[in-house]
Amino acid sequence: MITHPFTYRAPSTIEEAVAALGRSRDAKVIAGGHSLLPLMKLGLAQPDALVDLRRIASLRDIRAEADGTIVVGALATHRSIAEDRTIVSKLAALAEAAAAVGDPLVRARGTIGGSLAHADPAADEPAPVLAFDALIRAIGSKGKRDIRAGEYFKAAFETALAPDEIVAEIRFPAQTGRTGSAYVKFAHPASRFAVVGVAATVTLKGDGTVERAAIGVTGAADAPFRAAQAEKAITGTKGDAKAIAAAAAKAAEGITTLSDLVASSDYRRHLVTVYARRALERATQRAQG
Amino acid sequence: MGQAITVTINGAKQTKDVEPTQLLVELLRDTLGLTGTHVGCDTSQCGACTVLVDGRATKSCTILAVQTDGAEVVTVEGLAKNGELHPVQRAFASEHALQCGFCTPGLLITAVDFLARNPTPTDSEIRHAIEGNLCRCTGYHNIVNAVRSAAEMMTTTAQPKVAAGVKR
Repeated sequence: MITHPFTYRAPSTIEEAVAALGRSRDAKVIAGGHSLLPLMKLGLAQPDALVDLRRIASLRDIRAEADGTIVVGALATHRSIAEDRTIVSKLAALAEAAAAVGDPLVRARGTIGGSLAHADPAADEPAPVLAFDALIRAIGSKGKRDIRAGEYFKAAFETALAPDEIVAEIRFPAQTGRTGSAYVKFAHPASRFAVVGVAATVTLKGDGTVERAAIGVTGAADAPFRAAQAEKAITGTKGDAKAIAAAAAKAAEGITTLSDLVASSDYRRHLVTVYARRALERATQRAQG
Repeated sequence: MGQAITVTINGAKQTKDVEPTQLLVELLRDTLGLTGTHVGCDTSQCGACTVLVDGRATKSCTILAVQTDGAEVVTVEGLAKNGELHPVQRAFASEHALQCGFCTPGLLITAVDFLARNPTPTDSEIRHAIEGNLCRCTGYHNIVNAVRSAAEMMTTTAQPKVAAGVKR
């Protein structure tokens, strides 16, 4: 039951939605509603207006652009992302993260744009968004801008979005050469949120050495992050088991890991290294084809 | 301040005045008397309130009634056709896939959506498909049996009757 009253509108363009956001003191955007409505029931969010994006059909699209960029509309559901052939073949870590969200019913309604705007520190999709170095395209009263994933996540439930900005799409740069990716997670047994989730992308040179790697970690800290030390350590190696283990051991370096009833800070730190290793192993195998 | 919505529920188009705060499950149960859809947790976890919204199994406690304007909703009351139970309902009965029955309407709807997309599932796929529906009685085993049995019933009846009259 939701007790706090609000007005509701479902405009048919994103410009109208931005304008509607500006007209209320404490308006919220709603898409799948699977983060927002539970918060509203608890009284933790009490918006005076809801702006529903559901009539803006173009935000649902998943498409590849001419230069190979894969564009995922903010309203793409976890289910549609997990089942999309282009994403499964080109952005495996994203497909795996989307398939790992909640349960099938949650995945049928919940959206990637909603997940990124809500910015739960244990959400799955931020990890591949970071590892693919994606751009978050936001539209607000001052027009559109692209925010790099690395600059987007600020803290738990805090992003670089301005109050009148709406996530329109997530732009994944073309994956070139011999690139593989993977997402693996240690799920909370009841909620299925990530206690720790790690996405890795690995690109190999012709001789099989690691040209570049990117690792996005969710669930472990106040905000999802790139495991920069581990990325540096794996680059230039042969990507063999020993090199991967050595690099993964550095995945939590410089990070203050969360401590709660589910996992202590030390345990989470350990999980980050274990899951970074598994993600790197799988991504490297896939890059090797 | 109410808002008028037009929604097709179990095949019947209706226009209703709803408050923005009203959840779909509240519209179904409190306004329309369709109490076959249960509220288990009201926190998006248990799946007892699952209904089809435009063919997709949806937790009706986690969608506003106003969001279903223009949509097609099917509840457990809408599964039987012309007095005949849906194959999934028949299978739940014959496989004894329920004890207290509270979770059953949601599981039936989830199974209907799942089998429409995956008519010949493996047991593992069935178990993953019902992850969003909690049952505290059965231990799930008979539910998996029932979904498998329903899948068999539905694929058999969907096939052309070329083998009619042939003894098996």
